Amino acid sequence: MVESSGPDAVLSIRDLCKSFGALKATDHVSLDLRDGEIHALIGPNGAGKSTLIHQIAGTLRPDAGEIDFLGQPVGHLGVAERARLGLGRSFQVSSLAPEFSALRNVMLAVQSRQGSSFRFFRPVMRDASLVDPAMAALERVGLKDRARIPAAELSHGERRQLEIAIALALGSRAFLLDEPMAGMGPEGSRQLTGFLDRLRGEAPILLIEHDMDAVFALADRVSVLVYGRVIASGSVDEIRNDAEVRRAYLGDPA
Amino acid sequence: MTISRETVINLALALLLLAIPYAAIQLGNPFYVTLATRMAILGLAAVGLNIALGLGGLVSFGHAAFFGVGGYVAGILASHAMSMQPFNFGLFTLSGSNQMPVIWLVALVAGGLLAAAIGAISLRTSGVYFIMITLAFAQMTYYFAISWPAYGGEDGLSILIRNQFPGVNTMVPLNYFLICYAVLIAAILVSMLIRDSRFGAALQASRQNEVRVASVGIAPFRIRLAAFVISGMMTALAGALYADLNRFVSPSMLSWHMSGEFIVLIILGGVGRLYGPVAGAMLFVMFEFLLGGMTERWQFFLGLVLLGVVLFARGGLIGLLAGRARHG
Repeated sequence: MVESSGPDAVLSIRDLCKSFGALKATDHVSLDLRDGEIHALIGPNGAGKSTLIHQIAGTLRPDAGEIDFLGQPVGHLGVAERARLGLGRSFQVSSLAPEFSALRNVMLAVQSRQGSSFRFFRPVMRDASLVDPAMAALERVGLKDRARIPAAELSHGERRQLEIAIALALGSRAFLLDEPMAGMGPEGSRQLTGFLDRLRGEAPILLIEHDMDAVFALADRVSVLVYGRVIASGSVDEIRNDAEVRRAYLGDPA
Repeated sequence: MTISRETVINLALALLLLAIPYAAIQLGNPFYVTLATRMAILGLAAVGLNIALGLGGLVSFGHAAFFGVGGYVAGILASHAMSMQPFNFGLFTLSGSNQMPVIWLVALVAGGLLAAAIGAISLRTSGVYFIMITLAFAQMTYYFAISWPAYGGEDGLSILIRNQFPGVNTMVPLNYFLICYAVLIAAILVSMLIRDSRFGAALQASRQNEVRVASVGIAPFRIRLAAFVISGMMTALAGALYADLNRFVSPSMLSWHMSGEFIVLIILGGVGRLYGPVAGAMLFVMFEFLLGGMTERWQFFLGLVLLGVVLFARGGLIGLLAGRARHG
């Protein structure tokens, strides 16, 4: 079930391994993310999905294997360097600057994208080159009216949207979204599904999600992770009809 | 443009501190001028620390090192100027100086270099380890000063005549207060610019959530190191002024008591608040003077006040008066 990475792969992972003691959280995982697609990563709790995202983003070091992004190896780079190359992510548990308003959280990404943070004199709140793009990103995820609210006071779902706005403002070339629908109501999920559907035209998305309706509605391809291994990978229909996947994950007795 | 309550309080504090020496002279009690100068200088040292501690969340328990280095710069340069003995660096020699602008510049550079060295190592740790390693570095400078006989060792070093400032008679207490006050206000303005800038945004975000900052492509280490250096420079400048106030510098300026005192000032006044260090320094010097006049154990009562602040008024005096900090 090892895929070869196509020429249009934006992100490709080969033979990634990560163990915590005796536990193989990532066991020779290979997958790629192609231009314009949503590649969903599904699997039961504890399958190693978030661990995989952490290794791609750089917060965890893999024991072995290679990660290529935009045609260059990034395995040796730190989190900040990978983000600057254009790896935007959202976290399974929202990770924001809690005292900063939604707007200032996004402005931090805009500032990083513009280059150096070693600027000491111009007040950021009066800098239209920071505020305007940040507002635009908030507007796209539907948070414009909440721009001045501290991140700590936003609802669970709003924080999710804010993380996506930050990734947008970063000008990401690929998105790693770890359960973006979690904690959202049905209406929020529906809106976000529509939004991600359009977003894939801008940059491909590696999507971890438990909401199967969203996964089957959105994904171009699905990979199934169980005990750190990819047990199946293919189109939505292929995955739906894969006997092993149904047994291992979808809970189908058939 | 609306003026926030905190701005009004800040302005009132600045004016109050400025008014103290004039009132003291009116009341025929010039000793209070020295107290006000002490407030301004300790406030300046804490404004420096507040950049690391308040904005960056870097609880440095070693800022006495920078304070003391600033003090020794003033003392050493002055003693060489006094004795007309130039520094001999082998290839070239440099004369000492009794000019404050020169001394301040050297203090800023020395404080910045020391902070860069200490920060480069300490900032690889965090939390309690950071507190302990900064303490350890400061204690190293303390014992170095004690065991270095060339400049007084344990006995310290006197500055016979207060160093000079162009066009000002610095021996007049009010004049010296005004110099220190001007430096304090300038430092507060600088720290305000830093707080509101891109650098300040990255620094404050690093305190709140390091992973978030890295995830948008900003490496927190470099931001923190720069903040630590700026912080150390300001505190070193305060040290140079402090040495000139007392016309004496000794290893006690480098001791951990001093580092603790700076932290106490910030907690009393309000962590991360622009005028928190000033409010804290004013309170502290006032306690020291009033309670110290009544009992030798005034620090016990200061401890009670500190306990009260930590338990019931986490924002310190500024937080009590102006409410919670806002980030726009």
